[in-house]
Amino acid sequence: MTTNPLPQNPLLDATGVAKNYGAVAALRNASLSVLPGEVHALMGANGAGKSTLVKILTGAIRADAGRILIRGQQLDVRSPAAARRAGLLPVYQEPSLIPDLDVLSNLRLTGTPVEPFRAWVRELGIPDLDIRETARNIPLAILRVLDLARALAVEPDVLLLDEMTAALPANLAEKVLEVVRRQGDAGRSVIFISHRFVEISALCDRATVLRDGATVGVVDIEPGIEERIVEMMLGSRIEKTRVAARAAPDTSTTKAGRPRLAVRNLQLGTKLNDVSFDLANGEVVGVFALEGQGQDELFAALAGSIRPGGGTIEVDGVPARFSHPSDAIQAGIAYVPGDRTEALAMQRSVRENIALPFSAALRKWGPIRMRREQVVVSGAIGRLQIDTRAQGEVQRLSGGNQQKVTIARWIAADARTILCFDPTRGIDVGTKQEIYKLLRELAGQAKSVLFYTSEMEEVQRVCDRVIVIFGGRVVDTFSVEEADEPALMRAAYGLPRGVKADVGILADVRTDTGAAS
Amino acid sequence: MTDSATMPQPVSFGRRVKRFMADRPLIPLIILLIILVVILQILRPGIVNERWLANTAKFAIPLAILAGCQTMTMLTGGIDLSVGTVATMSAFIMATQIVNQDPAVAFLLAMLPAVLIGLVNGIGVGVFRVHPLIMTLGTSLIGTGFLQVYQRTVIASGAKIPDFLNWLGTGVTYGFPNALLLFVPVAVLIVFMLNRTGFGRLLYAVGDNERAARLSGVRYWQVITALYVLSSLLAGITGLLYIGLIKAPSLSLAEPLVLPSVAAAVIGGTSIFGGRGGYTGTIIGALILTVLTTLLTILQMPEGGRRILFGFIVLFVTAAYLRIVEDR
Repeated sequence: MTTNPLPQNPLLDATGVAKNYGAVAALRNASLSVLPGEVHALMGANGAGKSTLVKILTGAIRADAGRILIRGQQLDVRSPAAARRAGLLPVYQEPSLIPDLDVLSNLRLTGTPVEPFRAWVRELGIPDLDIRETARNIPLAILRVLDLARALAVEPDVLLLDEMTAALPANLAEKVLEVVRRQGDAGRSVIFISHRFVEISALCDRATVLRDGATVGVVDIEPGIEERIVEMMLGSRIEKTRVAARAAPDTSTTKAGRPRLAVRNLQLGTKLNDVSFDLANGEVVGVFALEGQGQDELFAALAGSIRPGGGTIEVDGVPARFSHPSDAIQAGIAYVPGDRTEALAMQRSVRENIALPFSAALRKWGPIRMRREQVVVSGAIGRLQIDTRAQGEVQRLSGGNQQKVTIARWIAADARTILCFDPTRGIDVGTKQEIYKLLRELAGQAKSVLFYTSEMEEVQRVCDRVIVIFGGRVVDTFSVEEADEPALMRAAYGLPRGVKADVGILADVRTDTGAAS
Repeated sequence: MTDSATMPQPVSFGRRVKRFMADRPLIPLIILLIILVVILQILRPGIVNERWLANTAKFAIPLAILAGCQTMTMLTGGIDLSVGTVATMSAFIMATQIVNQDPAVAFLLAMLPAVLIGLVNGIGVGVFRVHPLIMTLGTSLIGTGFLQVYQRTVIASGAKIPDFLNWLGTGVTYGFPNALLLFVPVAVLIVFMLNRTGFGRLLYAVGDNERAARLSGVRYWQVITALYVLSSLLAGITGLLYIGLIKAPSLSLAEPLVLPSVAAAVIGGTSIFGGRGGYTGTIIGALILTVLTTLLTILQMPEGGRRILFGFIVLFVTAAYLRIVEDR
């Protein structure tokens, strides 16, 4: 598909881009070609290599192989400044204004002309910005718009927008999309990274799809194309995988009894919206979502790390309010964060790390019963088969063993509910298998597990049910038999179930936005 | 880091020595202490005798207890600069109140500012998240101010050193300083607390990774408040011991011990960034500093030169020690 003769010379043409991190290939063979005046979508599932490609194009990291042409000239983007000089400007998800400077000083810092900036800010729907305001005091949504205005003000040839409309209220998002569309009309190009088909269909001319570090297709955006794109992102995995129905948990006990955890209408800023679901005893419920759809906030709220803005959490039928993780732990709910460095005291021993929750409560500050602790800790170590050859300091353990320690802690503490956030990220296959097995065992002992994963195949290996979150809402719930990868992928991109390719939702969306504007 | 865990490889002799030292960080410290004593003996043959040992212990003990305060606070990534003021306050109040009061009452009055300052430190650091350096420096200044005000009210009544403190601070029984009667239980308690109690575990955990401790259900403010109150109490008791040793109550009695107490903890291998260290190393650190002071005193240098040399040696020893012990 990339070999199609192009009607014009591309403005940006990257071919054969590869990047390895150690033995891991983040990008194998990625290409991206953007025509003048085009709004071009860059798509791919989690870990497909989108962010690596973006970082290479904007000079944040260097590619191991590949060729990048800008206006037909070979270019060596070795720094963000070089990319900027070449006319390639990114707007990232994180706001980039320096918080302690006012807006004007931030503009001077990057040599951005002030008047065009102000014009763009007004254009983007903020009529009354005080450019003397310190960036820290400006709300996040406005900051993102200011980032965009700052990029537009220097008139870049290629503008790179990473999830630009995430965290924006609807009115601002609309303005942003309008301005982006007009960039294309003015002969400039935009690379648009988004998980939202609705926006892509309303905005983009073509899309490049990445899978496993390689470009697998370039398509024109037309009604019905979203099914093709989902197929491309899935690749050979499109075959509907049959799962043997799990030795289903005894439904009479799990369904009849009240749920272990009942979440109703949970609300948290712009991140979580009306999230409701149940978690029964003896059940592993999967949470599947693309990055940044509110899953982090959901887990933090259930773990007592942040307080939700609205909604209720019931534990065993009793409403619970968590103001500190210790409240959640008191209720038997333990949180295993995805990032091991968040959970471990790296300079301490395996034993101390596993036993840490034992000492947390004020009344447990006294002398430790060493022998009893030893028994409990070795029990947990044995159960997870932690390699204890370097147990003096957790930081000397391998990543997989560190991950096991974070889970062993709550096995030792006998937590009734474990919230596992992507526990298999970046660890070896063997350890992954052990963790799957352990989670199933826990369910077998009537414990309950909420399991966020960014890898679709894990859903079928581990979960009884899976909820899919998109844009802070639970968009669908699947039993494990239904949760094949195409279904999950569609749901994760906010596409409704059972839509036929030839009908497509995009046609409707096009006419909708046309009527609205 | 995974390599060392999973693939034992043949290692060079130097590396093995380093490993050995890293696993037993006390050994290089003890070697250094012995070297210093040997140098002293060479410079002044015969100086190292029973009397010298008792004397060294007497002066090292107050320093070692204050360094214990630093060790515990440093384990959480903090520091307690108010120990000097707290010690001075309790000593001064004891010496002035004993004139008219029952000893028990005088003792309670002497410990009162210690508890108060510890509580304020703990709440400031634990609840309001003021940096411990600033928090304890601030309360230290406030305490000194109060002491000056207090001094005016007791000028008429005068001061005296209670006999018991005199005996404890200076007395020697069968060649052993009586101060050991206080120090040995205190030291055993601190070591036991750090290694064998839930509270001790939490000090290390909070200093190593506060987020991880929080996710395990630890309430930071509780740990920190208890810690700074404990630190202050120890400092108050040290003040009582120190007044028995120095015998001259003044408004800056224990102030010269503050920075050496930090140095002793650092030399003893406690990381100021938290999570690493222990009290046994600190005790040896305090001994090293005390012997070093003696050594520089007999070198008959002008005071300025002594201080310069002292500073350089402390820096050098700490840097060298960390190079030996850090295993990465």
